Amino acid sequence: MNYMMLIHHDDAALATANQKELWADYAAFNEALAKAGGRSGVRLQPASSATSVRVRDGKTEVIDGPYADTKEKLAGYFMIDVASDEEAVAWAQRCPSARYGTIEVRPIHEQR
Amino acid sequence: MNSDEARRTVERIARESYGRLVALLAVRTRDVASAEDLLADAFAAALEQWPSQGLPTNPDAWLVTVAKRRHLDLLRRGQVQMKGEPHLQMLASEVEEASRMSEELPDRRLPLMFACAHPLIERGARAPLIMQTVLGISAKAIASAFLVSPGSMSQRLVRAKAHIKESGIPFSVPEQDEMPERLNAVLDATYAAYSTGWDEAHEGESELAPEAIWLGSLIANRLPEEPEAKALLAMMLYAEARRNARRDAHGCYVPIDQQDVASWDRTRICDAEKLLHACNRFGPTGRYQLEAAIQSAHIAQRLTGANCWPAIVALYDHLVSLTNSPVAVLNRAAALAEVAGPNAALAELCAISTDKRIVGYQPYWATLGHLNLRAGNIKAAREALTIAMGLSTDDAVRQHLRLRLQSAGDPILRGIAYSHR
Repeated sequence: MNYMMLIHHDDAALATANQKELWADYAAFNEALAKAGGRSGVRLQPASSATSVRVRDGKTEVIDGPYADTKEKLAGYFMIDVASDEEAVAWAQRCPSARYGTIEVRPIHEQR
Repeated sequence: MNSDEARRTVERIARESYGRLVALLAVRTRDVASAEDLLADAFAAALEQWPSQGLPTNPDAWLVTVAKRRHLDLLRRGQVQMKGEPHLQMLASEVEEASRMSEELPDRRLPLMFACAHPLIERGARAPLIMQTVLGISAKAIASAFLVSPGSMSQRLVRAKAHIKESGIPFSVPEQDEMPERLNAVLDATYAAYSTGWDEAHEGESELAPEAIWLGSLIANRLPEEPEAKALLAMMLYAEARRNARRDAHGCYVPIDQQDVASWDRTRICDAEKLLHACNRFGPTGRYQLEAAIQSAHIAQRLTGANCWPAIVALYDHLVSLTNSPVAVLNRAAALAEVAGPNAALAELCAISTDKRIVGYQPYWATLGHLNLRAGNIKAAREALTIAMGLSTDDAVRQHLRLRLQSAGDPILRGIAYSHR
């Protein structure tokens, strides 16, 4: 089963981490992920750089900032193909960001 | 006893009572889910009230009385049907009689465990089911321990209970001819609970490990003729005896060959040794006996200074041929390195390097890294240690690997200051 692992961060909490150590952990995590056939993901710029767009009754609204106004914001994702939910959760637990935010484990709709 | 310990003692007694009563009811109704429903609220009330109000003189009677009252409430409101009532009544009179005669209630927890670990129940549900029914641990806590979402854990448990009811899975201790296989399933489930607790180990604390040991001693006491039950208990006690030595003052992981033996729990080690000796009197028995013997040799080696590595390798030889497990091959290779050097061990690891079960297994990469480091293959060591670090979820283990990588001159890690730890 394919999963998209959505990384949500509290940018302030992340900033307090030892940065060198954090990125070394991330490098190790990405290497382990690659070995297991996962695809290392995408890191987004801070949520403050986001623009949100919606169309209502034909009128387009453009808003500064991310879609959801929560403390932890979408910060990136990675993909993994594993046999079970448990394995997907284990990968979420290994992700260094889990220690500073939340990893949302989402199974991907299989195309028929 | 501090308040935390007092709370735990109360919880332990509440759980023990709960498990015993669920087992009594379930064995009678052959329906685990309804037995739990009947007692669930009473158990929750006990966990809430006992720590502050003190233990009731007869915990079993207290629980049954609250369950009866609650059941009557629900009957009046039409939220449940009559059918549970007679069973509760029967249980109540049984408890009453037992306390009047100052006798003990019959203990049906072992038959309940055999039902929960029946071959018809999916493997992944057995340990959780035992923990929920016999120990009264919540589905939510079990789910986190087994890295499953609470929703799917609940589903798994509900499915298993429905299966027990519909397939008429027997609530009994199996006959001799069936015993070895059936007992193995119960022991495996108990060990799964223990090793889950062992891995979790936040700041030396674990909720599941003591519960699993308690289950292990329940089984070993009830089945004194079964050497493997003793061996499993011994194995868990050996591991538990070293729990506090696994971390140094900074919380960093310490491998067994560097642990401070003064912080080992000698009472537990003695208990484990006695169990292992009792088990050995039956001759060669099985997997848990071999694993307990390996633990015993590791400990003897540290305590006496004798070289036990050849004996450990020989024990692993038996374990590999008995279980055919890649983990046994891995551990054998690590022991072999101490007898024949890292290159001999690395050659053995080639046999499992493409095994699917091992590529995501953190200890494999950690061992591969350490062996390569010793053999002077710095590049291979770095790669394996990096993957091991990426796979580990425990800060202490990660820190240990970071230091090893640093000593291998890892370019990313060079220059990181650890002074804050």
